[in-house]
Amino acid sequence: MANQFDVIIVGGGPAGYVCAIRCVQLGLTTAVVERDKLGGVCVNIGCIPTKALLHSAYVANVIRHDAKELGLTTGELKTDYGTAMRRSRKVSEQNSKGVEFLMKKHKITVIRGAGKLLAGKRVQVGSDVHTAGKAVVLATGSRVKGLPQIGLELNKTTVISSDEALFLEQAPGSLAIVGGGAVGSEFADIFNAFGSKVTLIEVLPRILPVEDAESSDALTKSFKKRGIVVHSGANITRATVGKDRVTLEVEVGGKAEKVEAERVLMAAGRALNTEDMGLAEAGVQLTDRGFVKVNPATLETTSLGVYSIGDVAGPPMLAHKGYREGVHVAELVAGHPPRPIDYTNVPSVTYCHPEVASVGLTEEQAKEQGLAIQVGRFPFSANGRARTSNETEGLVKIIRDTRYGEIVGAHIVGSHASEMIHELVVARTNEYTVEEVDLAIHAHPTLSEAIAEAALDSMGRVIHI
Amino acid sequence: MATQVVMEALSPTMEEGRLVEWKKQEGDPVAVGDVLAEVETDKAVMELVARVSGVLLRQTVPAGQTVPVSSPIALIGQPGEAVPAAQGNGAGAGAPAPTATAKPAATPAPPSGPAAPAQEPAGTTRVKASPLARKIAQERGLDLRAIPGSGPEGRIVLRDLEAARPARPGAAAPAPGAALRPIAAVPARPGATQPFADAPLSQMRKTIARRLVQSIGPVPTFYLTTEVDMERVSEAREAMLAAGSEVKVSFNDIIIKAVATALREHPACNAWWQDDHIRYWNEVHIGMAVAIEDGLITPVIRHADRKTLREIGAEARDLAGRARDRRLAAEEYTGATFSISNLGMLDIDEFTAVINPPEAGILAVGRIVRKPVEHGGAIVLRGRMRLTMSCDHRVIDGATGARFLQTLKGMLENPLALVW
Repeated sequence: MANQFDVIIVGGGPAGYVCAIRCVQLGLTTAVVERDKLGGVCVNIGCIPTKALLHSAYVANVIRHDAKELGLTTGELKTDYGTAMRRSRKVSEQNSKGVEFLMKKHKITVIRGAGKLLAGKRVQVGSDVHTAGKAVVLATGSRVKGLPQIGLELNKTTVISSDEALFLEQAPGSLAIVGGGAVGSEFADIFNAFGSKVTLIEVLPRILPVEDAESSDALTKSFKKRGIVVHSGANITRATVGKDRVTLEVEVGGKAEKVEAERVLMAAGRALNTEDMGLAEAGVQLTDRGFVKVNPATLETTSLGVYSIGDVAGPPMLAHKGYREGVHVAELVAGHPPRPIDYTNVPSVTYCHPEVASVGLTEEQAKEQGLAIQVGRFPFSANGRARTSNETEGLVKIIRDTRYGEIVGAHIVGSHASEMIHELVVARTNEYTVEEVDLAIHAHPTLSEAIAEAALDSMGRVIHI
Repeated sequence: MATQVVMEALSPTMEEGRLVEWKKQEGDPVAVGDVLAEVETDKAVMELVARVSGVLLRQTVPAGQTVPVSSPIALIGQPGEAVPAAQGNGAGAGAPAPTATAKPAATPAPPSGPAAPAQEPAGTTRVKASPLARKIAQERGLDLRAIPGSGPEGRIVLRDLEAARPARPGAAAPAPGAALRPIAAVPARPGATQPFADAPLSQMRKTIARRLVQSIGPVPTFYLTTEVDMERVSEAREAMLAAGSEVKVSFNDIIIKAVATALREHPACNAWWQDDHIRYWNEVHIGMAVAIEDGLITPVIRHADRKTLREIGAEARDLAGRARDRRLAAEEYTGATFSISNLGMLDIDEFTAVINPPEAGILAVGRIVRKPVEHGGAIVLRGRMRLTMSCDHRVIDGATGARFLQTLKGMLENPLALVW
């Protein structure tokens, strides 16, 4: 029967499509319900297009600040956000097509439309009802949201979200960004490079509040050097939204500041896609924070045979966490009990310049847990390879448990931090200690030597400082 | 190919074992965890369990014989599998691994399901374990060969050690269920540089422990009950709420704070029974029993004696919420030095709580009920609450526990004492 599958996945984002492919690999007939483009937020209006724009920003900054010293004469640099934007769209489209191709290759049925959950593992799309023999997987993800409570409701002209910022024809003359997390920091980097006067506003005491304090400080320093105004620990007391201008009254450290900008980019918080899906009627409960309630070991919801993965199933809201949950549920449903997902080993990466990446605990968290720790650091200013490419900002920081040498947490700020962090993710996942990291011979000259040096420093044996 | 079963070190000092009795006969199917044989060690008769599933192909050592640790004693394989001669006669130890004459298992292992524990030929002592697991096992005196691994290809990882018991009964290692991670290096009190002090057992303490265990079980518990006037706590709480704190301080938060503060004055009640010594904690970590779907869990408020009521309130709510969502990390529910169980909100007047070893005490909190009592020479209605403390008599004697309860009662009846 055409409407009968082993598994129906609602949502074709990273969690959903990876779950579908793994299901098929394990011999299950699978359908993916998608109301928009395959690949979800990540591919279309998230991870991928922002990284394309960040690359433009990176090259602009190299030309602006380093070209002369590198012996390159370029003339005056002109930036054109519209062109960069169109390139980012092309990259997104390629990726979305790639997902489409993967669906075809694995003979996964893609059902276009919004899915509604019915009792008995059934999903209604339009007037059709599809039945899953084994499982329904909810992977509907999340979306941007404004802050109407402080007068900053998204209006798509002056008060925008990343959804609009990714389609602008030109960079605004001035831009206030509300929210200094990963999204806010990446857009600050992009628009600063494209000539906007950027003010980054974060309510918590520092930008990238989930990262280690030293990482936040290093990034703040770099942003300020490039002329980005950073207000952290800042409360927006009043917002006046005009036709082509927004005025924010901000309280920073007891002082009142006024921030005026052509546009405000809301980069704080995300709303979960759980509405109008028949969840309550089908017995799927939500947590008090609005996520779908799941058993953390099985990711099964409160409704038997209905699972949930990705953003909608709980934090951290990261594509790679969704990938893993997708694989996990597929294996469970196919009768191959997977090993538990290690949520303490999900890397966190912000792709601005310098990049910020981490895994495990921050120094503050380790201290709060009462762990006996020793912190090892190695600055890129002391790393040969970093000097050759004129990218000496940042450091590697490794937090070592003094009793067993366990790598409690690792933090990297610097060029290519997003790539380098995986050495430490692999180490932690396999329970290598700082000693094994040091024993692994690191090629010279590489940025990764800074990791080995930070490991050594945590044992009081650093060589190159 | 067939897997050899070796004589395992069932006690850390064991060098050889006498095979008392085979529990599985040749041809019997065996599953992981099945008892294969009884073995007499230098200490006791213990069970030797199968580490792989299959069929017991051959017993290579007869009952009654004594063999050194690590020598092969049996073969487990697939039904009908040929037994290589070198393995069959038990001479395989130390010899090069014989070439496989039988086909590998018919069903391939699931793509990523937990594989059977390491299938190493006998005579080799190679154990698959993560570097971190090795270091911890070494320090805690755990025998890795006796621990089933749950990582890829049966590799032993940190979580497998959580369940394992120390091999040396007297080793300076936390008791089962206690935190594996080192707990807090921060000195708890001015002057105290160590988080705890281990006190050797006096002959009297040893006798008390031995006799009481004989009498009523492994944790000889007695109970102390007192009734506390909660009027002033109620007033103080209302004043705090009226002051508009962003965290709504609950009675439970105040009780946690009072217990933690009282424990600082009574370190004898803030201790762990460690079999051959008592660990007196200089730090106060309060476990708080939280009912969750089909069970309960005891998240820990660390350094509760040094936290403000607001901090305790916020932390208690965060921990309880995540406990109910099953999102607690292991270190968040292990390592308590004393616990509290509160059933007051469920209209329980008083009850006895079960001690969570190695902790030596737990306080059971009943509801606050208004009842007529004598107060200032008149009969008036006052909010009263019954507290029952379960004490491990090996650590806490009657008068010791009573004095602690007296201090606690005093603090709750005069909550200003908590601020001093």
